[in-house]
Formats: sequence, structure tokens, C-alpha cells
Amino acid sequence: MTVDSVTIALVGSGGAGAMTAGQMLLDAAANVGWYGLMSRSTGPQIRGGEAAALVRLSPTPVHGPGDRFDLIVAFDWQNVERFAAELPLSDKSVIVTDPSQGEVPAVLAASGAKQIELPIKELAAKIPGGRVNMVGLGAVAAVIGLPRAGIDAVIRKALGKKGDAAVQASSAGIDAGAKEAAGWGLDLELAAPNRGDGVRWNISGNEAAGLGALKGGVKFCAAYPITPATEILEWLAPNLARTGGKLVQAEDELASIAMCLGASFSGVPSITATAGPGLSLMTECIGLGVASETPVVIVDVQRGGPSTGIPTKSEQSDLNIAVYGLHGDAPHLVVGPTSIGDCLFTTQWAVHLAEALQTPAIVLSDQAMGQSRAIIDKPADAPHKAERLLATDLGGGEKYKRYANTESGVSPAAIPGMPGGEHTADGLEHAENALPSSQASDHQKQLDKRLRKLTSHEFGDAWADIEGEGEIAVVTWGSSTGPSREAVRRLEAAGRKARLVAIRLIFPVQPAKLAEALKGVTKVLVVEQTHGAQFHKFLRAHYDLPGEVSVFSRPGPLPIRAREVHETLVSLI
Amino acid sequence: MDTHLTENVPAPTPHDYKSDVKPIWCPGCGDYSVLAGITRAMANMGMERHNTVVVSGIGCSSRIPAYTSVYGYHTVHGRSLAVASGVKLARPELNVLIFGGDGDGFSIGGNHFLHACRRNVDMTYIVMDNQVYGMTKGQASPTTEADWCESKLTPEGPGVNPIQPVALALACGANFVARGFSGDPNEVARLIVEGVKHPGFSVIHVLSPCVTFRPEQRGWKSTVHPYGREPTDDPNAAMRAVLEDDGFGLGIFLAGNRRPFQPGSAVTSTIAQIEEGFAV
Repeated sequence: MTVDSVTIALVGSGGAGAMTAGQMLLDAAANVGWYGLMSRSTGPQIRGGEAAALVRLSPTPVHGPGDRFDLIVAFDWQNVERFAAELPLSDKSVIVTDPSQGEVPAVLAASGAKQIELPIKELAAKIPGGRVNMVGLGAVAAVIGLPRAGIDAVIRKALGKKGDAAVQASSAGIDAGAKEAAGWGLDLELAAPNRGDGVRWNISGNEAAGLGALKGGVKFCAAYPITPATEILEWLAPNLARTGGKLVQAEDELASIAMCLGASFSGVPSITATAGPGLSLMTECIGLGVASETPVVIVDVQRGGPSTGIPTKSEQSDLNIAVYGLHGDAPHLVVGPTSIGDCLFTTQWAVHLAEALQTPAIVLSDQAMGQSRAIIDKPADAPHKAERLLATDLGGGEKYKRYANTESGVSPAAIPGMPGGEHTADGLEHAENALPSSQASDHQKQLDKRLRKLTSHEFGDAWADIEGEGEIAVVTWGSSTGPSREAVRRLEAAGRKARLVAIRLIFPVQPAKLAEALKGVTKVLVVEQTHGAQFHKFLRAHYDLPGEVSVFSRPGPLPIRAREVHETLVSLI
Repeated sequence: MDTHLTENVPAPTPHDYKSDVKPIWCPGCGDYSVLAGITRAMANMGMERHNTVVVSGIGCSSRIPAYTSVYGYHTVHGRSLAVASGVKLARPELNVLIFGGDGDGFSIGGNHFLHACRRNVDMTYIVMDNQVYGMTKGQASPTTEADWCESKLTPEGPGVNPIQPVALALACGANFVARGFSGDPNEVARLIVEGVKHPGFSVIHVLSPCVTFRPEQRGWKSTVHPYGREPTDDPNAAMRAVLEDDGFGLGIFLAGNRRPFQPGSAVTSTIAQIEEGFAV
């Protein structure tokens, strides 16, 4: 008997190599044709401290974390109580523990999970250069039926440079773990992979966002490091350079957004990435981007807030600041990717929209997508590029009007280097000719124009992912989409119909489109990861939701799991 | 700085660099003369208007971009140097100048000033110092004397010592540092020309009286004096001399040799090649 999904935690203090083993497990699974998702649970320590690699593998695409862990392999139990709540278990789970590391902590043992002793440290010590994480990986591979060839390729790739001895030590460790596990008789063998012909990618949400920026045509990034967004910036640094762009490290987030506006004012598509604290600092300049109609993209990889909050854990609680955080009436674009792979599409789309509509776009990713890595089908190429409407016929009789009150609301832009287009872009309210004005008529006209260019734009089908049919619908966004999608599919597999609407375009809102997507729906479940039900309140403010509306909302750091959404849906039917 | 010079057209005049917008400044404000110095410098260099960008923050002097006929960006309080750095880093071929005051530059923008000096992007910062916040009607700035008691906000005086902009610029690594006085716009124009021509980040500290809130600054015309030394390329020598100066010495303190910061590299990959790195 095989299973169609297996969820595994590799647990150990920093030096044990749990993350490396998890990464190798994911890579090996990808090699043999499984899909996968690896997230991480780490403490606040810079190096060391508790850590867990959380891996879910399946022959079909993985949308989110598993309901509970089928298998935990612990190299040690140091500080495990700090994240035990992130390791849901049942009496069907299996805990592999090294007797030399003491008893399984009560908080985990209470689940009634089966316990298997494996002398990991002792086995590793018998191998010259042996490491505990390879012994653990070998055991996992044997339990789930991961073909050895897949692991060998990963070892060669990871350790080939270190020489034959390192490769042999790892292989021997894998063999030792596998040999012990062969006799355990667990029913956790994963169904055979269905490799197919398509190209698959191994990518994190933060890498995907960086790639989306490149594909959209970004050529400038100003960066200030912040968890959990730094990987976007570190990925962009070499890859912008390779493609003729540049990344500059700024002195703070006030400077990074300001530098981006300067580059963009000069006509160069620009991006920065940050998390909640950085977004808070950037808001004044984002407002400048709105008023001066200067495009810029800000990727906010959300983490637990407020204030410093929980930097290494996910939450969707920056929705309010992203939509409402600017002073004055300052409409701008807010979009949210609905999966790790979608971080590519949505960021690329954001670059296109920001440039087309000459306004800032905030991309709301989060730690759960940004710092997780998935094996996915290669995303389809999207056509979206940075294309700014530029002024023509400059230098003729009529003086150029930077903020011309056009029907679409988008005014042809002149950028430095274009003779006849000289003007001063301004955060002061201005007349069409860009000169400062405090007149009521100019203020009204420019406010109308800046709103109109957003509300009159046709955003097409990309505004939301809409799946399924039936009278009950989940309305969600961002990383809550994955577990919601899986929950809806479980209902469908049980013969009940349900819909999923995952809204990608948060602002401007699309009431007519949502009404159409929810036609015939009598029950709505809103799913989100906030304490204050921010998304539900946002929907209530801007949309008419049909029928009976329920909310599944809770803060981080615990991820929302498909089981929870499914149970809630079943309770509503 | 790379300067785009006009060719085969009549030599430009300062008037060519002025817009027809009337400044909001008080009669007698020093900034009128600084604006005259700026447009004179632009004319002297024959700067191409369409290839020149002036950036400012918020304050009386930060209004200057709209009074010129080049590309301008009037941004938010304190961030002009960061915005300007983005312009120059993204488009190195443009001439970039920044205008602002002592509050904008040294208080709310102090961190950016520090980092602009050490980053040494090739642009020129003209900071008009009147030792007061004029636009908000007369509060103490970072260059105001500790015992100046004329502000309702600090009726007993700000109580903290003023910073010395020129010494600060040197300490932070600015590559060209000079001081001018609005009462001599020709000299201001000369300093700007020298600053623009000098590679790297140039700071031109211009004493520019606020006749409304600091009327006693009318007396600066008799307080200022030539700094009296030849410009040096040695920051240590410049710093020693500046520490002996009374804050009213005019001239070029440093014309240093630091290499400007301007990252950029040739294209070596296509995006498709980068994407291949993700393939399993």
C-alpha cells in the first residue's frame, strides 16, 4: 500500500544539518519525479538554535503544508518545545528518535505517535566523516521508498567539489540509516512519481519574486536587508548585474524606496523588497510615488507583526497598511501572489501594472511563500512587461503637461533625456502642467485622475484564481490559497461541489467580477491568516458577499492547514 | 561629473535655465541670489536642460526645482539625496544636482547626508543654510545656536550645540567641499561649476540669510571672509583647517581624489539562461 502524500519533519539544533538534509530530500524527490514543498521553522538565533525542515512530498502538486506530520526524525530535541505547536501529530504518526538524546518530549509523545529508536549519532560516528543528518536522510528515504539514484545525484551535486571522501561518507551514512529503517514496516511508502514530459522547477517564493522582477523588465533595485525578504534582494544582486541592471544597498528603507523613485523618475523600472517594519518606513515615499505618478514596485514579504513581531514566521497582517497605510487619498496597486510559483507571475504583473498606470504597486508575499521552496511545473511565460506611456511631439508649440487630465487618467510621461519634456515632478498637489497648486479644482481633478487610471483599467482574468462550482465558496488570498484549494478539492473528491476564489488583485477592487464569480453562492467562507480578520473587513467594505458569510481567521505563526479549512467547510454545509 | 554640453547653438544665458514661476520666498531672501548663482552656473557650463535633473526635499530652498527649466523632482522632507542617488545610479549620463536647506539636509535627512558623503555618487549638493526652519515659521534647525531664543517652540533656546556642516561633510567622506555666501552669487556660481566638474559627491554649503526669522543674518555680509587657503586634495589637511575656521570662511576646502561610486556591468546572461538554473 502506498500513500499519496507524505509529510516529514527533520528536527535538530543548528549544527545537526537538518536544513541540509531537508533540502537534499526535496532535491532528491524532485529528481525522481515527485512534487514537493519545504518550509522551515527556525528560531531567532543567527546560527544554531532549534531548526526544523518541514517537507511534504507527493506525486501530484503540493499546495500547502500537510494536515499533520507522518514522520519526524529528530537528531536531538534541543528547544523543540519552542516550535512543538508547529509539529501536529496523531497516533498514526511516527517519531524516530535517537536514544542518546533522551526521551521524546512529552509535548510530542502525548500525541500517541509510534516511537522508533534509531541510534543516529552512534551510526554516524562509525563512519569516517559521517554525519547524523545523512543517517536520518537514509532512514527517511527507505521509509518513503525514495529511489537511491535520486539521492546519489543530489550528493554528487552537493558534495562533489569536496571530493570523493565526502561523497563516500554521505553515501555510507545514507546506507546506514536506510539499512536500519528497512525493517520498520511502516506504511509510508509514497505512490510512484508521475514524471511526465514537462519541465519542473525547484524554486522559492523569494527567488520567484526576483525572477518576476527581471522578467517584467526591472533594471534597478535599492535594497535594505530584512527578514524574511532578504533573499529576494540577494537573488537580484547578481542576476540584475548579469542582465544589465544594478542593485544598490541603501542606508535604510527610507533611502531604498527613495532611490527607487529616483531611478524610476529617470525612466528605469525599479523594485525594492522589504517586510512590515520596512514597509512602515516607506509609506511616505510610496505616497510621493502616488502623487508624482512615479511607478515603483515594493515586495512586502509579510511576517508576524506588529512592530518587530515574529520576523521568521508568516502572517497576512500587512493587508491594512498595504491598502490604507498612506496618508491622504492615495489609491495605488496592491497585489498578492497565490502560491510560491505565482510569486513570479504576480511580481512580473506588478511591474507591468505599475509602469502602465504610473503608480506604486505593493506585492504582498509572506514568509510562508517567500522562504519555502517548492517543486513545481515550470510556470507559463506571461507577456507582462514594463511599458510606460511616453510623451511624443515634445518641444512643439504647446508646453508639455506632465499631469495632463486624460480620459484614461494616465498622462504621457516625459523622462530626463527627452528635450522639451522638462518639468518638475511634485509631491505637492499640482496643476496639469506640474506646477504646485492648492486650488480646489486642481486637487479635485488630480485626485479624480489618479483614481480613474486605476478604476478604469481592465485587469483581465488575472485579478483572481477562480476554480470549481457549487453554492459554497472559499474567498481567500495569498498563502491561504494553498490550503483552501486543497480543502475545496477534498470536498470535490467526496462528491460535493465547492468554489475557490483567491483574489490576486487586492486593490483596485473588482466588485462586478467578484459578484460574477460568486453568482449562485449561498455560503461564503473567508480564509486568512490575521488576528483581526483584516481581509474579511476589507471585503465587507468594498464588496457585497452573497448569503451566509463565515470567517476562518487566525494569526501566525501556525500555518493554516487544509484539514482545518475542510472541517470548517463541512461544518457549514 | 559627465556634463552634456550644448554645441552649435548660441551660448545659453542664466535666463534659459529659469522657469516663469514666481518664487514663494520673502523679499530679501538669500535664496533668490543662490537661484541666480545656480542658473548662472548652468549657463556657464552650457548644461543641456533635458539631460539635467535637479532634486529637492521640503523647505523654502527645496522649492527651487520648479523655478528652473530643467527636469526636476520635488520630493519629500529629507530624502532628496536618496532620490537623487537613484537618478544618478540608474542614469549615470545625467547631470544631477540637489538643492535643500539645513533642516532638510542635516536633521530629517541627516542619515542620508552621512551616507551620500561616504557613497560618493557623482552629483552636487547645494545646501542653503539659514540656521532656521523658515517654511514652518521660525523654529531652530540643527545649525541654530544653542541660545537662540526667538522660537515659540524652544523659547529658552534649543539648548543643544549646532552641527558644523562642512566639518561633517569632511568627516563623512564627501569628495568636494566648499562654502559660499548668497551675497556673492558669482562666487556661488563658480563653486557650483567646480563642484559639478569634480568627480564624486560635492557639497556646497551656502550661507543664505533668512531675513524674516533671522534678520540679524543681514549682517553676514560683513562676517564672511575668504577662507584664504588653496584647495587641498588631502581630507586630513582640509579637516584641520576647517576646525580652525569660524564657520564663515568662503572657498573650496577639499577637492579630493576618491573614486565615485557607480556600479554597473555588462550583460552576461539572458533571463532564459538564468531560468535554467531552476530546472530540476
